[in-house]
Amino acid sequence: MIDQYVVALSTYANDIDNLILLIGVLVGFWLILCELVFFYFIIRFRAKDGRRAEYITGEEKSHKRWISYPHMLVLVCDVFIVFFAIKVWYDVKQQLPEPYETVRIVGQQWAWSFVHPGADHELGTADDIKTVDELHIEVGKVYHFKLESRDVLHSFSVPVFRLKQDAVPGRVITGWFEANGTGTHDIQCAEICGIGHALMPAQIFIESPERHAAWVAEQSPVTLASANQP
Amino acid sequence: MAESIPADAMHAHDDHHHTEQSIWSKYVFSTDHKMIAMQYMFTGMAMALIGGFMAYAFRMQLAFPGIDVPGYGTVTASDYNALVTNHGTIMIFWVAMPVLIAAFGNYLIPLMVGCDDMVFPRLNRLSYQIFLLSAIVLIASFFVPGGGFGGAWTAYPPLSAKSQYSLTALGSSFWLVAVALEFTAFLLGGINFVTTAMNARAPGMKIFDIPIVVWMIVVASILFMSSVGPLIAGAVMLFMDQNVGTAFFDPDKGGDPILWQHLFWFFGHPEVYVVLLPAMGITAEIMCVFARKKMFAYKTFLYTTFATGILSFTVWAHHQFVAGIDPRMANIFTVTTLLISIPIAEMCFIYIATLYGGSIRLTTPMLWALAFVAEFLIGGVTGIFLGASGADIYFHDTYFVLAHFHYTFFPIAIIGTFAGFTYWFPKMFGKMMNDTLGKIHFWGTIIPFNFIFIPLFVLGAAGQHRRIYNYEHFPELAGVEMQDMRVLATVSMLVMLVFQLVFFYNCFISWKKKQKDAGKNPWKANTLEWTTDSPPPHGNWPELPTVYRGPYEYSVPGREEDYFPQNVPD
Ligand code: HEM
Ligand SMILES: [Cu+2]
Ligand SMILES: [Cu+2]
Repeated sequence: MIDQYVVALSTYANDIDNLILLIGVLVGFWLILCELVFFYFIIRFRAKDGRRAEYITGEEKSHKRWISYPHMLVLVCDVFIVFFAIKVWYDVKQQLPEPYETVRIVGQQWAWSFVHPGADHELGTADDIKTVDELHIEVGKVYHFKLESRDVLHSFSVPVFRLKQDAVPGRVITGWFEANGTGTHDIQCAEICGIGHALMPAQIFIESPERHAAWVAEQSPVTLASANQP
Repeated sequence: MAESIPADAMHAHDDHHHTEQSIWSKYVFSTDHKMIAMQYMFTGMAMALIGGFMAYAFRMQLAFPGIDVPGYGTVTASDYNALVTNHGTIMIFWVAMPVLIAAFGNYLIPLMVGCDDMVFPRLNRLSYQIFLLSAIVLIASFFVPGGGFGGAWTAYPPLSAKSQYSLTALGSSFWLVAVALEFTAFLLGGINFVTTAMNARAPGMKIFDIPIVVWMIVVASILFMSSVGPLIAGAVMLFMDQNVGTAFFDPDKGGDPILWQHLFWFFGHPEVYVVLLPAMGITAEIMCVFARKKMFAYKTFLYTTFATGILSFTVWAHHQFVAGIDPRMANIFTVTTLLISIPIAEMCFIYIATLYGGSIRLTTPMLWALAFVAEFLIGGVTGIFLGASGADIYFHDTYFVLAHFHYTFFPIAIIGTFAGFTYWFPKMFGKMMNDTLGKIHFWGTIIPFNFIFIPLFVLGAAGQHRRIYNYEHFPELAGVEMQDMRVLATVSMLVMLVFQLVFFYNCFISWKKKQKDAGKNPWKANTLEWTTDSPPPHGNWPELPTVYRGPYEYSVPGREEDYFPQNVPD
């Protein structure tokens, strides 16, 4: 359903899309059924001369089952939805696969800054690559992110990954993603953060291993040089 | 209570004899529940115009970025935020609450349970006065240096707490004070509604003879009063963070911004049901009358309402799945949120079942009531996507959420209000409204409504996030197709706004010109308000009615007429 509009580029994007599809089918069924019966009754029971409305209290068992059976069925649908919702949620948010690299993401009014670990794959070393509004990652690798905020709430949202996580000042929130296709896509800030909220778009560059290595090589000297300055 | 009734009740009855009340005591400082209801109704409608005007301004900006919006001017980024924030705040706290709970509650409770006024009339007057003050403070917030508050109606700190982030030091505080005053007004009102419905019923009216709409307003008031406490405490804390330098929500000094979210949504979710229930009650009344049917399973409807009320206190963190709370919590709130779909679904089934076997007359109020059910169903089912934690990761803070809650709030605040207003207009003003104009207004509202918000569902599914004044900086959201959809929504909104003129015109000619006199009971309804004059005199009845049966005895077999008013002896 969603990949009609936004390509799915993370390992869990399809799971989320399928969950949305499942919910769409189940609630779509109920919606259409209810609306059909509803409009049918309106047409079927329009006032006519000489016909009187029926007197139905709805308190007898034989009548009440018309609402109690459907409500059992709704419960069954709910159980399905809860099961798959939690399954997907667990995968995306509750477990953390072993990372290949970790990136630091910092939101502030009104820009995203990213710290990439650089050639040694370790954060906090001299070859870290710092960028503003550009996140470069390698396809097919598990990344952890450490999400922070300098001032107000922001939300790190990558629609092609189906990923969203608020950044909260005073906390470091860890999450993960693994891209399964290359390309350049939008990163949004999805939580209102002041007058520049519409002015903090960023881009994610999902690169093949070769291109990513080239990018790292190209960036490293620059940041090393600036890191050496007092 | 026993003390306060006689004094006011005597005063009420005196008024029949000497009618020369001054303009002031009749229209401004009245303690009559009907006059206070009108004050709430018209203040609410005026605020709806303001909130609607804001929607007009910011939707024009979205469809045609950067234009000089006729009647407003250029919508800058900070204007946009302030408009969206106050549009949301106004529509919920200054439109839905005053109209559905305070106006209909005040008007209907005494008339439907058969007493001469609210139990605490002076408290009632005070409630309106505080409410009016709150509206003035809110409007004033736009004119203080720095302009109106733009941190969204949810006012999450630190943005709302620190002026160096929001850049609206005064606007934020005015907004907060206005909201706190509004809560105070509704606490006073709520006490009145519950007490009156429980203690001042006409002789013979047993607990299950109370009309559903009265029940709904009572349950809504109880929900409001039991959920608002933490948020008032939160508002005081936030006010002190803003102005005194405390750090309840300031992480730099050991506070926690997420605490506010819990306080806000612990209130905010029940609040959704606070406004929903009265609208559902209005719909139920109207459907029974115009289907000439007894309500299907009245008691079950009531018990499901109680269940909804209780469950509504256990779902709040579904607004915070991705807010940085412990991810394990999401599982609990997914379960409770999906559970609450069951009583709500049951209520919709009951509406549908009530139509079965009816003799349906499609008058204007009935059209509104039916539209409430048809549209609310869409709002209801789309909520499931958002309650399912895994799917909400994608949908959170997109236009999908926005379209979902407008499909609930619009039926509630607009459709529900028009349903109730057109249904009780003959009682309130003694004249019938013009039915043709009523229907033109109905279709001119309902059709554009769907054309506003269905495109917004699609935009949300395509990843468009909320509270953005201009999408040009997001390459994936700046395409022509998406822009066309935004234009469609805005144009539909313009059409809808124009059709509202029909409504005001209809009100005006119906009230002023020679429309048909309504008489006491134009719809042939059973409930007590239709047994007195239209409009009812001060004191409501010369002599209070006695009740012999439940409110929905329509088409009783063996009776000639197809209705059986509550006050007619067997
Ligand atoms: C005239 C019809 C209406 C239109 C065209 C409209 C449109 C909108 C739009 C486009 C937004 C989102 C703007 C953004 O996020 O950038 C919005 C926000 C909102 N609306 Fe409406 N709306 C209407 C009526 C209502 C009604 C009747 C209610 C409630 C009773 C309501 C409650 C809200 C709320 C709570 C928000 C969220 C504000 C926020 O983000 O802080 N709206 N509306
Ligand atoms: Cu932002
Ligand atoms: Cu909620």
